Amino acid sequence: MEDDAPVIYGLEFQARALTPQTAETDAIRFLVGTQSLRYDNQIHIIDFDDENNIINKNVLLHQVGEIWHISASPADKGVLATCYNKTSDGKVVTCAAVWRMPKELESGSHESPDDSSSNTQTLELLCHLDNTAHGNMACVMWEPMGDGKKIISLADNNILLWDLQESSTKAVLSSSSALEGKGQLRFTSGRWSPHHNCTQIATANDTTVRGWDTRSMRQIYSIENAHGQLVRDLDFNPNKQYYLASCGDDCKVKFWDTRNVTEPVKTLEEHSHWVWNVRYNHSHDQLILTGSSDSRVILSNMVSISSEPFGHMVDDDELSDQEEQHQEEKIKEPLQDSVIATYEEHEDSVYAVEWSSADPWLFASLSYDGRLVINRVPRALKYHILL
Amino acid sequence: MAEVEAAGSGTETGGGSESGNATGSGSGWRRPHGPLQRYYGPSAAEAAEATPDPADINGPHFDPEVFLTKVRSECRLGELLSREATLGREIRALDSDMQTLLYENYNKFISATDTIRKMKVDFRRMEAEMDDLASNMAAISASSARVSAALQDRHRRGAQLAGVQALLRKLQSLVEVPGRLRRWAAPGADPARALHCYARARAVLRHYRHLPSFRAIEDESHSIMAELAQRLRARLRDDTLDPKELTECVEMLLQLEEPPEELCEEFLSQAGARLEAELAALEAELPPSDPSGTASTPPPASDILDFVDRGSSAFVSNLCLLAASYRSLFEGRPGSGDGRLEAFASTLTTRYFELLERRLALERGLGDTSLLVRALDRFHRRLRALLELLPAAGAEAGAALVARAARERVARYLRALQTFFLGCLGDVRQALAAPRPPGKDGPGLPDLLATLSSSVLGQLKAVLAYVQLFTARDVAFASLPYFKGEFCVEAVREGLVVAFVRWLCRTARGFADSPAERGAPAAPPALLLLLARLCLDYEATTISYILTLTDEQFPPEVGQLFEEGVRRAQSSDSSRRAFSVYSSSRAPGRYAPSYTPSAPMDTHLLSNIQKLFSERIDIFSPVEFNKVSVLTGIIKISLKTLLECVRLRTLGRFGLQQVQVDGHYLQLYLWRFAADERVVQGLLDEVAASAAHRCLDPVPMEHSVVELICERG
Repeated sequence: MEDDAPVIYGLEFQARALTPQTAETDAIRFLVGTQSLRYDNQIHIIDFDDENNIINKNVLLHQVGEIWHISASPADKGVLATCYNKTSDGKVVTCAAVWRMPKELESGSHESPDDSSSNTQTLELLCHLDNTAHGNMACVMWEPMGDGKKIISLADNNILLWDLQESSTKAVLSSSSALEGKGQLRFTSGRWSPHHNCTQIATANDTTVRGWDTRSMRQIYSIENAHGQLVRDLDFNPNKQYYLASCGDDCKVKFWDTRNVTEPVKTLEEHSHWVWNVRYNHSHDQLILTGSSDSRVILSNMVSISSEPFGHMVDDDELSDQEEQHQEEKIKEPLQDSVIATYEEHEDSVYAVEWSSADPWLFASLSYDGRLVINRVPRALKYHILL
Repeated sequence: MAEVEAAGSGTETGGGSESGNATGSGSGWRRPHGPLQRYYGPSAAEAAEATPDPADINGPHFDPEVFLTKVRSECRLGELLSREATLGREIRALDSDMQTLLYENYNKFISATDTIRKMKVDFRRMEAEMDDLASNMAAISASSARVSAALQDRHRRGAQLAGVQALLRKLQSLVEVPGRLRRWAAPGADPARALHCYARARAVLRHYRHLPSFRAIEDESHSIMAELAQRLRARLRDDTLDPKELTECVEMLLQLEEPPEELCEEFLSQAGARLEAELAALEAELPPSDPSGTASTPPPASDILDFVDRGSSAFVSNLCLLAASYRSLFEGRPGSGDGRLEAFASTLTTRYFELLERRLALERGLGDTSLLVRALDRFHRRLRALLELLPAAGAEAGAALVARAARERVARYLRALQTFFLGCLGDVRQALAAPRPPGKDGPGLPDLLATLSSSVLGQLKAVLAYVQLFTARDVAFASLPYFKGEFCVEAVREGLVVAFVRWLCRTARGFADSPAERGAPAAPPALLLLLARLCLDYEATTISYILTLTDEQFPPEVGQLFEEGVRRAQSSDSSRRAFSVYSSSRAPGRYAPSYTPSAPMDTHLLSNIQKLFSERIDIFSPVEFNKVSVLTGIIKISLKTLLECVRLRTLGRFGLQQVQVDGHYLQLYLWRFAADERVVQGLLDEVAASAAHRCLDPVPMEHSVVELICERG
């Protein structure tokens, strides 16, 4: 179907930071941060017009440095946080800051691309997350479904919990914890769990995945050697509170029950290089998206460990169309975990994949060469899940 | 409910109409017989069915009184009159009907009575005739028995006479036996038929030998056959007998029950003589064996292939034939087992081998190797055919002979190579020593070196190509274990290639060391220089190249543990270097966009275009179980990891330069381990591009410096 064809957008710079505009639930909007050592870096606000299959973009300048990580506030559409590299005296430091975009861009003014490129606007700095004592910032996480006032950042081996005060213009370090151990420990990534009243986070360092309680800032579980090599990313199942997905350099994606971490619940091995990103669909947690440096994005259907292991009950009478009759036949087949699709539109390593926060059937993936691809869940599967 | 009602009424009406139809049709077919039949015989069913109606004039229960009363009370006068008239008409009609019926049936009855009466009379007559017939038959059988009793005696006598006649005929043929035998056994006649005839008669004669007349016949045929045997034996000793005739002859003698042991002896000696003669014919072609001087012998008249051809077609095939017929003749007979044939054959083959060896020794110089190989191949094939018949006839000796010949040839090639090299050296010396006209420069040393090394290498390659003929697939003996393994390794690799290189080193050193001791004219310094350079080249590249070439051409040497696998692009180190120098000219182009700040789009355009033409590389792709595939997998994973790590870094100027050097080094040495060097190239290009992107101060190192660093390593 024509509607299922991917939409491709090219950035002029290399990029590895991507996030949906979390607070926006109507329009499909993604934020992309670029990586360039020699030019001013940018944040592209990508608006996807679902009906006309058109992409509108707005570009914001991010002059402080190249962006390694980006995350959007769940409460305020205009607020986002970035982790960026700053070079001073030949030394490179990764800092983090909270920004506000110009008001008129919050809900995506649909300018023509020509205009926006001529007069690029700049982000307004709200506050720095002061990391002078803590080391390089790996990522910033917003409290899920919160009021946009609590963030956690990972800096080297520290977990830092910040309170944003005075409409986010001031970041106060409310508590922190450091991971101690042999060698130079360093967090690579982390996720804030939406369950348990948002009191848990999970972090990855080297081959280990750890869970933390944000109230006590103590470790609550640890999955040693979760992957054979470095763990690259994590995600929580939005519907099953103990379920966690992880991915890493051993080309595998593993699913864990944090109550019993001796063995993964399930392991996927579909990529042929490091898996950089794993994301649960926000609504239908059987849909798993992974991006890898083998330049592929894979959408998997993990029904057996989802919150809907038996699928949705189907009312036969409601199907009338010929096409839908067809769907009906498919539905009756037993539900099995499977790879739904492998997307090969990228030609370079894919470092980020994200579901849209507005449309649960749509996702974006970003490869290093600056190519952003917007894809949809195949229609047949969508009906399969919905009907 | 309404429906049910309707259905019910429907059935009712249906039933009613059905019954009505039934009655209608019933009356329909009954009509021709009319009321009469109804009167005479209404069926029981019908009677039961019809309700008794006394007023029905046609019914069985008609009661005139009732009818009359009914008619009288119901009808008016006119009706009565008309009914009376109708009744009268009907009565008349019935009467006439009755009369007709009566008449017809009467006639039939009369004729039936007549027929029966007639039959009675006829049967009576027939009975009497049957009695007559029975008595006649009895008389006939009695007379027949009499006749046969009278003839029995005669019949027996007739049979006896026939038996006697048959016997007499047999006797007659027996009596004729000696005559026939004599006719057929006469010299030049058909001894096989005589034998056949004798074989048939012999048993009978032997059975009746107690009768003097038969005895005489037997004796006579005996003497004839003895005579025949004698003649056959004489023939056996005849030299002109070909193997087939010889076999026939012996076969006949065996049928004559001559002692097999003796025959066996005769057969072998006769065959031996023939084979000896053939060997002698072969030997005659060879010059007299002369252990002392070989220089004077003239070159053989025919080539080696011809010789082997003749030897195999005459000697080997005859030997095969003889062995086969020996087997069929003497198999299972006493005194033929005990390896007599094997001993006989092995002495002969040994002699044949000797002859062949002497002939091979005559193959001096470097004649046509393919001819030699073909000759050896043919020899080996024929020998194999012989060995199938006679497993003990010297298989090892034959194989050893072939191997020895091959080895000898290889050694000769080595000598030829050495001579060739010395010749080349002589040329070089001459060129160096030649007086030069003052205006003109002689050939430069590099030219001389190039000529020398290329011609030596060319010669070596040619020799390898010749030697390879010994292991060609269509050559039968190449499948011998010796040729599969030892020949390639020991004879060719070590004995030819390595030995030549060693000799070359020794020779070169000889030039450098010895002149003072030997008093020979000292080698000119230019020659020494040239030899030194040659040796250096050999050390650096040529030796490994030659050995690789040898290993490739003689496959058993390659792949000790794993198969080699397929490499897509084959190039040598030197060509690789040349290419890298060439590519260095466009290398700045690759980095160019990274320090032209004007056009950020161009980098992408360029890299994207580059990617358009390069295929996607599967990093952890399935690996086949061979060296190249495994190594390629490792290289791909490592380079991809390097790429990802570079992308995660921010490099300074020296970081970039380090990556540049690493990349160049890998480019120089990694290709030979990968199945497809384009994969290596592509990944290294990506690493270089990424490093340039990730560099704060992208000043690449001079390419010549990079090369220098890598060469030194």
